[in-house]
Amino acid sequence: MKLTLKIWRQKNATAQGKMETYQVSDISEHMSFLEMMDVLNEQLIAEGKEPVAFDHDCREGICGSCSMYINGQPHGPRQATTTCQLHMREFNDGDTIYIEPWRAKAFPVMKDLVVDRSAFDRIIQSGGYVSVNTSGNTLDANAIPIPKEDADEAFNAATCIGCGACVAACKNASAMLFVSAKVSQLSLLPQGQVERKERVLNMVDQMDKEGFGNCTNTGACSVECPKEISLENIARMNRDYLAASVTK
Amino acid sequence: MTKLDSKIPEGPIAQKWEHHKSSINVVSPANKRLIDVIVVGSGLAGASAAASLAEMGYNVKNFCFQDSPRRAHSIAAQGGINAAKNYQNDGDSVYRLFYDTVKGGDYRAREANVYRLAEVSANIIDQCVAQGVPFAREYGGLLDNRSFGGVLVSRTFYAKGQTGQQLLLGAYSAMSRQINKGKIKMYNRHEMLDLVLVDGKARGIIARNLVTGEIERHGAHAVVLASGGYGNVFFLSTNAMGSNVTAAWRAHRRGAFFANPCFTQIHPTCMPRSGDYQSKLTLMSESLRNDGRIWVPKEEEDAQAIREGRLKPTDLPEEKRDYYLERRYPAFGNLVPRDVASRAAKERCDAGYGVNKTGEAVYLDFSSAIMRYGREQATVQKLDNPTDDQIRALGEKVVASKYGNLFEMYEKINAENPYKTPMMIYPAVHYTMGGLWVDYNLMTTIPGCFAAGEANFSDHGANRLGASALMQGLADGYFVLPYTIGDFLSHDIRTGPISTDSPEFEQAEKDVRQHLESLLNNKGSKSVDYFHKRLGKVMWDKVGMSRNEQGLKEALDEIRQIREEFYKDVFVPGSLDELNPELEKASRVADFLELGELFAKDALERTESCGGHFREESQTEEGEALRDDENFTFVSAWEWTGDPRESKLHKEELVFNDIELKQRSYK
Repeated sequence: MKLTLKIWRQKNATAQGKMETYQVSDISEHMSFLEMMDVLNEQLIAEGKEPVAFDHDCREGICGSCSMYINGQPHGPRQATTTCQLHMREFNDGDTIYIEPWRAKAFPVMKDLVVDRSAFDRIIQSGGYVSVNTSGNTLDANAIPIPKEDADEAFNAATCIGCGACVAACKNASAMLFVSAKVSQLSLLPQGQVERKERVLNMVDQMDKEGFGNCTNTGACSVECPKEISLENIARMNRDYLAASVTK
Repeated sequence: MTKLDSKIPEGPIAQKWEHHKSSINVVSPANKRLIDVIVVGSGLAGASAAASLAEMGYNVKNFCFQDSPRRAHSIAAQGGINAAKNYQNDGDSVYRLFYDTVKGGDYRAREANVYRLAEVSANIIDQCVAQGVPFAREYGGLLDNRSFGGVLVSRTFYAKGQTGQQLLLGAYSAMSRQINKGKIKMYNRHEMLDLVLVDGKARGIIARNLVTGEIERHGAHAVVLASGGYGNVFFLSTNAMGSNVTAAWRAHRRGAFFANPCFTQIHPTCMPRSGDYQSKLTLMSESLRNDGRIWVPKEEEDAQAIREGRLKPTDLPEEKRDYYLERRYPAFGNLVPRDVASRAAKERCDAGYGVNKTGEAVYLDFSSAIMRYGREQATVQKLDNPTDDQIRALGEKVVASKYGNLFEMYEKINAENPYKTPMMIYPAVHYTMGGLWVDYNLMTTIPGCFAAGEANFSDHGANRLGASALMQGLADGYFVLPYTIGDFLSHDIRTGPISTDSPEFEQAEKDVRQHLESLLNNKGSKSVDYFHKRLGKVMWDKVGMSRNEQGLKEALDEIRQIREEFYKDVFVPGSLDELNPELEKASRVADFLELGELFAKDALERTESCGGHFREESQTEEGEALRDDENFTFVSAWEWTGDPRESKLHKEELVFNDIELKQRSYK
């Protein structure tokens, strides 16, 4: 395959960025999208130019590092798939592909396609945990039976990889899907009950401080989420938030 | 030759740890506030250690090169975590887990460490459940288990195929709580590039801020390296792209002995390679071997027809298939340990029975499991005379509930539906059992420098059993290090803060800067990946699944040659003072090029076969790995001398008091 790539290039956080055009050829349909980017970078290095910076690590769809906005969609065209697991068979010979970083006020661009997602870490730090020490002096793991449905639903929420595609997909750059996934996971489990109210209040508060937008129930976040995190989590978080606010 | 002191406590094996914990020095809560600890790495071992040490009151600094500590490569572990809970009442016990691990490691692990690992394993599960880790459960609400290779009980706890993710997010949340309290200072996008020794003790690190490029000094009273394994020396592995040996290797160059570098695990169930552009290999969890049957065609012409696309695997009748693991190892069948399964796959493919275009793939087939589960479901649902299609549909649902995400991943990468046509798999580099030598306290040969998780060598011998890496990482971080580090730090309560203005820090910073500048100023003609791929090819061809004297000797020279060319001709674009991924890679590959040579040397000198280390000269008549206990019941701990080939060997003799050394058999 031969492709034309239009890629966002930006020297650093303060520099002005712009789209640059590149050509790549001999792209196999079995390559992953990032392997195609490797080919481009090798080509740029051979020409003595600076390669395109992008975040990536595990390349198996679980670490949440990769974050490319491809042809107007976070992680590109294939549903429930991260950029690293997207394969070139989704594209055709001669295609022009637009590649941009996540765009959100709370995720400033650091260089090319690399953005700063540390706001997500700070939201988790504000309360996304159960406050137990790691000493191991706790109940036997089977002391509290948990209905399988609850455990499964908590697991589904917990599969969020923190990539930020939900924010990038949202017209308001809202982080509600990310935050609600963690709130839900812990709200669904008995271990999370003690701090349930405090947690949701603190996490939502931090989310607002970070400059994420509000949720207007469009649902783009869940559609674009590579792990298909459900919108129900947002509803659950809203219920928890309301309950916590009125009983505080 | 100096003697390595493993500091194994006296007494019966079952009492060593209890006794040791209550007799070593501890630091009072008031004094812990005066002590700083650096933890490098935020995977299971690093995150759990950082969280635990901070909870105890130490001031912790944690470093990770990723943009968030949650992205460390432990996140990608799929199958599960072992624990001797005996919830299934199938005869599991601490001793059995201990025995399985020592045997699985082909009797090259340290008994006392493995026993301790088995002992604390059960508590890990309690801890994780308390943190809100959503393990898989049965309908009664209790925890579910499954089986992994090399054992005859079900002791593996899991969260679908994402157990590593769930456990890491648990440790990350514990760490986040301490960051919020100010007890952990987190340094994302920072890479450790040197260990600083003051008066012979590890007193800090030099790290590069990967965003600004600034080279920073960080002082502490002790340094914990939890920086993972070095499988990426092969270029292609199941490791993340950023996984590297740099932190461990720089500590090695400062005096920490490197143990058993040649003990590398080649995992049997990975997706086969498809082309030269390939950047990494993807693992398919070992848990799939619970239900998948591995086979190749019995006849070579059928294999050829399949390779050429003239025959579909589903059209080949049962009697023309060779379920070679079930044939060779009737007792363990498809659940033999990883090293055995990998070699068996290589043996069949080398003999001409491989089933993809490259000839390097075997089938992992779920059709029998799908039908078996389907029939069970039909009975439960009381269906009268269900058709095969109905049964298959029911069975596929059950299989999807167990392995759904793995099947989806396979389909995404290979564009084939594994419910309908068998998966193709081939072994790939996955885990490194070798690592920094540590004593029973997990301290390296540098006082104050500790190593935890995959970065150390101690628990898995020459082969790691499935679902034991997660167990070890968390055991080290949650339950071992928090105790043992106190023994060292108790001498530091009056030391006061470690100044980073000392000449040692200055020199180390200068060294790091010079090395990076030399890479940038080299202005050669080849990219970093060009050299890394060449190194990987030598490693795979000559230091891979099967090794011999001639190949290893060639590898030693070839690796040296590549290293020399690298320093002459590498081209690293960009500058030091910016986000520069190529510079990061160059600095890591420089270390892999040294490690690779030590790796080959270690493999050359260990003329026995054991676990994942298979020397062609040392095998049984049936082609199984043949140990040489008389001459090799020791840990090879290598001391840096300035040239990897001239590294000095120190031996830690392994003594087995509680387990009899036997030829490993899974027949």
